[in-house]
Amino acid sequence: MNSLLEIRGLTKSFGALRASDGIDLDVREGETHAIIGPNGAGKTTLIGQLAGGLRPDAGRVRFDGVDVTALAAPQRARMGLARSFQITSIYPEFSALENVMLAVQARSGSSFRFWTAARREEALRSPALQALDEVGLAARAEVQAANLAHGEQRALEIAMALATRPRLLLLDEPVAGMGAEETQRMIAFLSTLKGGKTIILVEHDMDAVFSLADRVSVLVYGRIIATGSPREIRANPEVRRAYLGEEAPA
Amino acid sequence: MSPRSRIVALALGVALLAAVPPLAAAFNQPFYLDLVRRIMIFAIAAASLNLILGYGGMISFGHAAYLGVGGYAVGVLAHYGIHDGFLQWGLAIGASALVALVIGAVSIRTSGVYFIMITLAFTQMLYYLGISIEEFGGDDGMRLTSRSRFPGLDLADANAFYYLVLAILVLVLFLIHRIVNSRFGMVIRAARSNEARTRAIGFSPYPYRLAAFVIAGAVCGLAGALLVNHTAYLTPDFMNWTRSGELMFMVILGGVGSVVGPVLGAFALLVLEDLLSGWTAHWQIILGPLLVLSVLFFRRGLAGLAFSKNE
Repeated sequence: MNSLLEIRGLTKSFGALRASDGIDLDVREGETHAIIGPNGAGKTTLIGQLAGGLRPDAGRVRFDGVDVTALAAPQRARMGLARSFQITSIYPEFSALENVMLAVQARSGSSFRFWTAARREEALRSPALQALDEVGLAARAEVQAANLAHGEQRALEIAMALATRPRLLLLDEPVAGMGAEETQRMIAFLSTLKGGKTIILVEHDMDAVFSLADRVSVLVYGRIIATGSPREIRANPEVRRAYLGEEAPA
Repeated sequence: MSPRSRIVALALGVALLAAVPPLAAAFNQPFYLDLVRRIMIFAIAAASLNLILGYGGMISFGHAAYLGVGGYAVGVLAHYGIHDGFLQWGLAIGASALVALVIGAVSIRTSGVYFIMITLAFTQMLYYLGISIEEFGGDDGMRLTSRSRFPGLDLADANAFYYLVLAILVLVLFLIHRIVNSRFGMVIRAARSNEARTRAIGFSPYPYRLAAFVIAGAVCGLAGALLVNHTAYLTPDFMNWTRSGELMFMVILGGVGSVVGPVLGAFALLVLEDLLSGWTAHWQIILGPLLVLSVLFFRRGLAGLAFSKNE
């Protein structure tokens, strides 16, 4: 029951809006922890503070026992905290392979190398090809990322996150905007990561949440109102009133 | 264009440039030797700007600073009787790198309009510094008493100097080609393409951008050393902000993010300038709209036209 990530009293305001209002949360090593909540609940703000793009007003984030609150995003990434973005964030003018090779490069040796062509480095190429293969993009390796379908770009982003060999994967709505079939494929892929990787999953798609999550936390107006197994969350009357009421899962 | 035909095109271009001195001699038109040599020197400066502007996304509006620093390094040493080329050019490169380190360390912390304005402001400071130093001719500048001296190479020999500039141009383009495809180059291109993603995979762009900025400054300093030998006259005008603008235009006209683009841009801009100014004193009225049209219709610049992938 080791906590890989400990969040204590995390608070972040934008003007009068409290996007994070004293959040306490523990994410255990190896679990898939979903964070759900209505629009505007502060889910992306929370992810931003965990990944390091946003500085909290108060509170602490400990990753693997180390206080990372003051660290910037690149430092946290190098410690093993990888993220995907809610709005697809890739390098559109590079090929799919080059996108992932950059992620590999971030974790393998110095990048102050000025002479050898990076695209010929086998040490970058083969892990990148493997990550592409894992997400089902091996055949699309040479395609310019801008020309990939939306679902493929989402998968590419996850391949990039995996290629940094993270210990904790922060996924911000990985199936957003995907068709039903793509969604099923992504859920199937993410379930293969379960157990091996610790995952924080922010998602609106309740099928994805309830089929993947070991535990679910419900965020409403910047506060966590409940944490528990999917079954407990579904049964929780406060959650049903605050959130699931409008689209109660069958 | 396939990689092979691209190499053929480049080899053809170099052969064409190499043929200029004998042709100029055959037709008794030494002016063209002078013109093409000047263009190649600006092409080196523009190519260095392209590294940070085209590949690094850093819109430096002060790149003429390093033409000035390089020029003054040669001119000032010559003024005090030191004519050794290695010393002069070494100082030109070193001093430019140092100035770029200082300017870059401050300006790269900002972005967008602020970056443009800070790079411009630093260059204006250097420009006014140049104007204010009476010892080196102030506003009027000063004549270079002797060109840089190298053992076995006489820069007063127009042909020898021309081929040296051509060789340096080819070398600089090759260097930039290697850099932009290296690990380092991939990081600065990635940071330009998507900074948030680049940080999220674990790169802090700052040190990479700063290193690119310093390399670009050093190469442009060498161009400054060449330029002062070319004009045999040093003036603060090397650092005029319009110079920085011209360099930017060469890069944009030639094609942002293409290694040979700035060379095409330098040729197009300076040849056009030469033709139009021979035709009318108000040539800028014609050049301006032409540049606007070219930016509107050739988004990827001249290199985009010449080297398109047949999509």
